[in-house]
Amino acid sequence: MTTITVQDVLHRRARLRPWEPLLWLAPFLVVAAFPGTSFLINQMAIMAVFAISLDLVLGYTGIMSLGHAAFFGMGAFAAGLFAKFVMPEPIVGLLFAMGVGGLTAFLCSFTILRGSELTVVMVTLGVSLILLEIGNYMTWLTGGADGLQGIMMGPVLGVFPFTFDGVTAAYYSLAILLVFLFICRRIVGSPFGNSLRAIRDNRLRAAAIGIDTHRRIVMGYTLAGAVAAAAGAVQTHSMSFVSLEAFSFEKSADVLLMVVIGGTGWLYGGVMGAVVFSGLHHVLSDLTPQYWTFWVGLFLVILMRVGRDRLIRPWTWFKTGGSHD
Amino acid sequence: MLTILFDGVAYGMLLFVLAIGLSVTLGLMNFINLAHGAFAMAGGYVTVLLMRHYGVPFLLCVPIAFVVTAAMGAVLERILYRAMYDKPALDQVLFSIGLAFIAVTIVDYSIGSSEQIIQLPQWLRGRTELVFGDHVLAMGHYRLLIIAVCIALTFVLQYILTRTRFGSRLRAAVDDQRVADGLGINVNVIFLSTFAVGSGLAGVGGALGSEVLGLDPTFPFKFMIYFLIVVAIGGTSSLSGPLLASLILGIADVTGKYYMPKLGSFIVYAVMIVILLWRPEGLFVKRGAR
Repeated sequence: MTTITVQDVLHRRARLRPWEPLLWLAPFLVVAAFPGTSFLINQMAIMAVFAISLDLVLGYTGIMSLGHAAFFGMGAFAAGLFAKFVMPEPIVGLLFAMGVGGLTAFLCSFTILRGSELTVVMVTLGVSLILLEIGNYMTWLTGGADGLQGIMMGPVLGVFPFTFDGVTAAYYSLAILLVFLFICRRIVGSPFGNSLRAIRDNRLRAAAIGIDTHRRIVMGYTLAGAVAAAAGAVQTHSMSFVSLEAFSFEKSADVLLMVVIGGTGWLYGGVMGAVVFSGLHHVLSDLTPQYWTFWVGLFLVILMRVGRDRLIRPWTWFKTGGSHD
Repeated sequence: MLTILFDGVAYGMLLFVLAIGLSVTLGLMNFINLAHGAFAMAGGYVTVLLMRHYGVPFLLCVPIAFVVTAAMGAVLERILYRAMYDKPALDQVLFSIGLAFIAVTIVDYSIGSSEQIIQLPQWLRGRTELVFGDHVLAMGHYRLLIIAVCIALTFVLQYILTRTRFGSRLRAAVDDQRVADGLGINVNVIFLSTFAVGSGLAGVGGALGSEVLGLDPTFPFKFMIYFLIVVAIGGTSSLSGPLLASLILGIADVTGKYYMPKLGSFIVYAVMIVILLWRPEGLFVKRGAR
């Protein structure tokens, strides 16, 4: 047999599995078959893009962020303002929003290089809250508490206009989700992705084998910021409305929950988490509109008590005391 | 000007009592307890309910709030928190967010989402004015009481921490849990009692603070950020760190909201980020501490 090189091992992880295209096709079929679900699917797809972005930061680079909504909000408002004042074309708006989000993340990334876990958590949280306060202050630009209104979106690629039943929006978000899933797969499978994982596992050792950790973290964070901004932009495009809620702490907490529910360090984990969480939200808030967070809380407490790794590994549920990595 | 400073100090002292429990649990157990505000809320609600339904005088409610929340803290520590100490930080954060969610909805469900108002006794409502040249210092009596209680508590805590046997055991456990265990210190009991006292202090803060901060079911989330700022800036190694951090925060917040009300809490967050960028480990770090 030929020898297995390190490269082969690293490539194996990035290889496309046969079930993946099927998984990608499924939501499109659902929207086609049940147009009534398009709003829910749309929401799931947007949050999935957002969750993928957080997973790049949390799961792959190991930086705990409680303020990821900062970039989501920047993207949402950048897209909204772009559509309102420059041009209503969604794709250009999306790219513009990604630029803004990436730039914001690039600037913020210098604040997260030093300090303990708690410091990083607090700084990320602080940045998102500051942006929220600024958005609240600049009423003339952002609409303040009322949100940014009067956005008229043009048709996607000049062909598909957004419709009231939300079907176009759902297809649009799903398409964007696929694009980013694909891009992020390539990124995390690349040498760059592997270096991020090395930094997550042990920053000191990563530096010792010649990885410029600061630079890689800045790059990873910028990238994740751009992806989060894309999620925000898609949200703006499909709703024709932006509210300050896009910056809120709840948004950051929600996406963190999604990534954790789905499993960190695994791109599909973010997607699964978004599907489970949005679905759960949908069902529970129908049942008990005011108190659905109780069930979320209970779910979290129980999940953390039994160990969150077990949720995505059902075969470990009935092993007692078995160690799981 | 002086009045704003005075209000800021009162606010800061309040934040200190609210946050000190969090600081100790973080330093001792390395546990990020985002549900800390829930204990403060519990203290506030105990006070409101006792005063309204049983006519208990306000000053008696505060110690009761302490006892009730401390008991709650002890029970929860034993049955829920203890198993989480050796989990990763992310798990702890999510676990305690979950607890806070539960607490918020339980209060919302059983008491209602409206803001609770405390009827202060007559002698606490007035204010005293002192005039220094052309500066006027107006001191609300209630805020004076808050400052007095908080200073007293600070001294008691400092005494316990530095002069008693329990304090030295606690410091030993903070410095190195395994060695402390090996020396025959029952670390579990230390943890339990510290957690209970920390929760009780949060309860006192909630009882005293509900008049100033406002009390409704979203309290744990509204002030969680403030507690975390205090801990992040002040560090966990001493009492003076969080105390100074709370005072900075209180004064910055009151001043900012007075002069630039539209910017809201912007000033506070900006101050926090600047301090954390300048000193990522907080203002006061013991050299060589882990």
